[in-house]
Amino acid sequence: MITLQVSRYRPGQDAEPVFQDYEVPLRSDWAVLDGLAHIKDHLDGTLSFRWSCRMGICGSCGMTVNGEPRLTCGTFLTDYGEGPIRVEPLRGFPVIRDLVVDIDDVLAKLAHVKPWLIREGEELPLTAEYTQTPAQLEAYKQYSMCINCMLCYSACPVYALEPDFLGPAAIALAQRYNLDSRDQGDRFDLLATDEGVWGCTFVGECTSACPKHVDPAEAIQRYKLTAALTSVRNLLPWGRS
Amino acid sequence: MTALPSYRPRVHPLWWARRRAYLVFVLRELTSVFVAWSAAYLVLLARAALAGDAEYAEFRAFAGSPWVVALNVVALAATAFHSVTFLNLAPRAMVVRLDGWRVPGFLIAGGNHSAWLAVSALVAYLVLRS
Amino acid sequence: MRARRTPEPYLWLLFSGGGVVAALLLPVLVLIFGVLAPLGVIEPPPAARVRALLDPLLVRLALAAVVGLCLFHAAHRIRFTVEEMTRGGRLDVVLAPLCYGAALTGTVIAVLVLF
Ligand code: SF4
Ligand code: FES
Repeated sequence: MITLQVSRYRPGQDAEPVFQDYEVPLRSDWAVLDGLAHIKDHLDGTLSFRWSCRMGICGSCGMTVNGEPRLTCGTFLTDYGEGPIRVEPLRGFPVIRDLVVDIDDVLAKLAHVKPWLIREGEELPLTAEYTQTPAQLEAYKQYSMCINCMLCYSACPVYALEPDFLGPAAIALAQRYNLDSRDQGDRFDLLATDEGVWGCTFVGECTSACPKHVDPAEAIQRYKLTAALTSVRNLLPWGRS
Repeated sequence: MTALPSYRPRVHPLWWARRRAYLVFVLRELTSVFVAWSAAYLVLLARAALAGDAEYAEFRAFAGSPWVVALNVVALAATAFHSVTFLNLAPRAMVVRLDGWRVPGFLIAGGNHSAWLAVSALVAYLVLRS
Repeated sequence: MRARRTPEPYLWLLFSGGGVVAALLLPVLVLIFGVLAPLGVIEPPPAARVRALLDPLLVRLALAAVVGLCLFHAAHRIRFTVEEMTRGGRLDVVLAPLCYGAALTGTVIAVLVLF
């Protein structure tokens, strides 16, 4: 058996989150998420948490495990020895109940960066193909691996301090389209702002937290360089677009 | 946004001291204090040398006093730490392609560190040759 | 539509340039002039030698640029780190002019000293 110290917050009942201890079987094939499911099924049906795929794809099971943002379906009980294991909601977000956080803000930010292929001018028939070489695919593929788990936001102190910050996954998502050879959009006005890439101070924790090796910190640094050069070019009298 | 009575956690006043990674980040950033000090020290040195031999002797006495030496030893450690971290991070903003092949970050960082050594050797040679 | 005007891209370029210059040049200069020479490990360069080094216009220009860039690099980092450590984004209206002002003052002093 191993002890899970689970953060509970029941609106109307708790003024702020409190910890509740549960003993769950320590099985080598159990992830923290399995422990939580065991609690819900056998010990305390009132515990609330989000999950879906249980295989690191849906991005809904992110929580703070012993202080670090983790996908609970991919974090195993046996990684923590004797325990206890502290399970808290993702930091940096409002808590709705127990381990469930309010992610509306990040969802709005993801939509804000125009995450679709923007084409200008000609409208080709829907059946038309836009072929890409492997190198063109490789240019943005890494950024397309994001599963919107928001661990990067939870790890980012800038987001915690400055809730208007566009944040790691949204900027990586914008770069996913910026670097796509089929995209003709211009996201400069969305990204090159104080709340966009200039808000980032390169703590780098988003990249450490990301379970999909998206490397949002790199995406942001790369766009800083692009944005800085564009800004300088816009200053030059002959460079205005 | 939400009408639910959600709990909004406050950021702890000492948030940067409560997680190892944040502490390392803050220390990395604060090495820049010594970058500023080193630049100022070079200006003091140049000023003394240009002002004349008497001023230069005075400066050498100042530079030789224990606390200034101690400060400079710390500055040396801090600026070297700055070099390592900064030259490691710099390739992250750049994607270098050679004939379609994306040069991996560690090679760029390695190139940066080699450049650092080469520049250091060159400066040392120029300053110290008699 | 143009994005709201922000000085950040130019400040970031100064910060990055300063970071590279500081990384390449400062450790060796501090090692020679700040540690080895004062400790007597190496013969401290006499004043005439330093003057000879500073004689070419190019060297003086370069040194002024190095000092200025390093100061702006430090100003930029200190500005953001202090604001983050104190959770004081509101401090920026005071802190930004203070930090960059100090860097600018230092650069002017360096220019006055060298020319
Ligand atoms: S970038 Fe990584 S950590 Fe951030 S939401 Fe996407 S998959 Fe999760
Ligand atoms: S449950 Fe889907 S990612 Fe963990």
